[in-house]
Amino acid sequence: MSHSQTATQGKTQPIITLEGVQKYYGEYHALRGISAEIRQGEFFSLLGPSGCGKTTLLRAIAGFEDISGGVIRLDGRDMEGVPPNKRPTNMVFQSYAIFPHMSVAENVGFGLRRSSMSAEEKRRAVGEALEMVGLGKFGARAAHALSGGQRQRVALARALILKPKVLLLDEPLSALDKKMREVMQVELIKLQREVGITFILVTHDQEEALVMSDRIAVMFEGEIAQLDDPETLYRRPRSRRVAEFIGMMNFLPARVLPTGPGGGRIALEVAGLGPAELETAQCPNGAAVGEAEIGVRPESLTVLYEGQSAEGGREAEGTVREVVYYGDMTYYDILLDGAPAPVRVSMRNMPGRRVLDYGARTRLAWDPRSMMLFS
Amino acid sequence: MSVYGKVMRSEAGKGLTLISPTLVYALLLLAAPLISIVLLSFWTQQFLTIQRDFTIANYAEALTDPLYRELMLRSLRISGMVTMVTVVLAFPVAYFISFHVRPDRKSLWLFLITIPFWTSYLIRVFLWRVILAYDGPVNSGLIATGMIDEPLSWILYNANSVVITLAHAFAPFAILPIFVSLEKIDRSLLEAARDLGESKAMTFLRVTLPLAMPGVLAAVLIVFIPTVGDYVTPRLVGGSGGTMIANMIYAQIFDLNDRPMGATLAVLAMMVVAMVLLWGVSRLRFWLWLVDRAGGGAKGIGAAIGAALAEILVLRALFSLGPALLGPGVAVIVLLLLATAGSVLILMRVPKGRWGI
Repeated sequence: MSHSQTATQGKTQPIITLEGVQKYYGEYHALRGISAEIRQGEFFSLLGPSGCGKTTLLRAIAGFEDISGGVIRLDGRDMEGVPPNKRPTNMVFQSYAIFPHMSVAENVGFGLRRSSMSAEEKRRAVGEALEMVGLGKFGARAAHALSGGQRQRVALARALILKPKVLLLDEPLSALDKKMREVMQVELIKLQREVGITFILVTHDQEEALVMSDRIAVMFEGEIAQLDDPETLYRRPRSRRVAEFIGMMNFLPARVLPTGPGGGRIALEVAGLGPAELETAQCPNGAAVGEAEIGVRPESLTVLYEGQSAEGGREAEGTVREVVYYGDMTYYDILLDGAPAPVRVSMRNMPGRRVLDYGARTRLAWDPRSMMLFS
Repeated sequence: MSVYGKVMRSEAGKGLTLISPTLVYALLLLAAPLISIVLLSFWTQQFLTIQRDFTIANYAEALTDPLYRELMLRSLRISGMVTMVTVVLAFPVAYFISFHVRPDRKSLWLFLITIPFWTSYLIRVFLWRVILAYDGPVNSGLIATGMIDEPLSWILYNANSVVITLAHAFAPFAILPIFVSLEKIDRSLLEAARDLGESKAMTFLRVTLPLAMPGVLAAVLIVFIPTVGDYVTPRLVGGSGGTMIANMIYAQIFDLNDRPMGATLAVLAMMVVAMVLLWGVSRLRFWLWLVDRAGGGAKGIGAAIGAALAEILVLRALFSLGPALLGPGVAVIVLLLLATAGSVLILMRVPKGRWGI
């Protein structure tokens, strides 16, 4: 992956260190001991369902929430008692928080009042910041006359003009429509590479996190469930919950069989698929003999057409129970013989290959290397 | 479809039907008395009968007699003072309720603020007379604590006591609009200002205050307009130094039996209030526009202060020199018309600025 390669240089020193961060709202335990290191210059995401504490954590880093325990260190400095205006962070708010009584240029230049720049230098800095987010000609425009995407750009320019050590983004794309969101995702990645500032993004959209991040912390109920780069997170989720949350995953009941001595591989019997052998790395929760579950991604299952056969004979048979046509892709729900519930299979639509009909019988190829075992 | 049916089905028709009872009521009880007062003001009193010949004699007298002018100016002065005191005291209360009271307690607090209204206006004014009296709790309290040796005489039966009493009476009317405009401020704007490096005080000045301005302006109007014409408070606690224009209108109608003159003073008071408000609002817009046009900062503020001083000096000069040059009545009319023409021009040509004014 290209952006983890560019990421390796100079990113070893953490810009933010979280040590056992706790937050209580009365009785409610919002953050239950968050520990993590965020590296200099990386695009870091906090991903989780609503109420998991990701926004609370972001606001604690910005200084809007006092933490009940633990330490937040920013650039080596303990942030205890440091107010938001004295922290080297800037934030892009979910609502963008554009000052309605100011022009675009005044919004962008808001934080420059205290700087030692001359009026001319400030004007130039505002112009450059607007240019950077593609709003070069909008400076004189009233802030309330902007579209959602433009507001977001103003919010970005306003935060970046202060050259923060860390830019915090609180669900910045959630208010945009799908097309605009995709455009902004790419722009944000480009911008982050350009300015080299550490970005921390809060999002509930797993796709957005996968697209944009160098590393992702998946949070559930005030705890980090897994912190990894997007590829590891997708291919090697460490719990069933993470696997379910990131992308689509099929679960099939499986039975772990006793392994022979010195084997090192785990032998299973998977409902609908048959016998399989997994590496220990594919079993994050261990592999106790008995009932368990395997998870397999839709793209790791392949429909076999007439005349095709699977490598190593790993084939399964089943009936098509649902066909969802997406143009470039088709999703099938296929009930494998011997499985309790259908599995979802995604197939790229090729020219000259017919889309399967509802109710058709079909064969599937599968690969044990793409499976995860959860107990 | 009949014309009647078409009208009844149109949006405008539905709207008119909806407001027609209120409209009739308003016309009968607001427009009719107003028209009769305006008519009356152009008639004259001849001992026991009213002479129904159209004349501007009353207006000429009202505009030239220094007594009426002094009373009108004093009413504006006292009202302006009341407005300032009320709004300045109301702002922190509204701010406290909006920003520091738990959301589920806010309506309780607003309810508590209306408690003074549970007793009649008259009784509240009387109570202030007791509180501020020569041997009242304020004076005896101050004497008991040794802060003063003899009772303060400047707190009752003058303009000060009118200001104190009216400011108290009108506090809720100022608190509510300011509270509403503070409630409308998106709290993330304040966080954004803090995040961008501003202290709490600067955040207040740069974000909270400008966004609360529409509420402050509404409070100013709501307090200023009715207090100019207040009659009860100056009558009961004002003494001779606190007498206002409404007391003179009362005296004309009931004591001097000159109803046309009372009507004339009432019409003039109404016009003066309207012109003063127009002047204030338009000049505020104009000065803020000057500040903005110069890109904020000292230059713009200087331009605005310059414009304000220049206009006030011109008006002062007209006020003091005008009567000698044009005659007292004409001078006042020219003054008011000039200021008002300026106001209308500004309101038409200068766009509403970012302060919502």
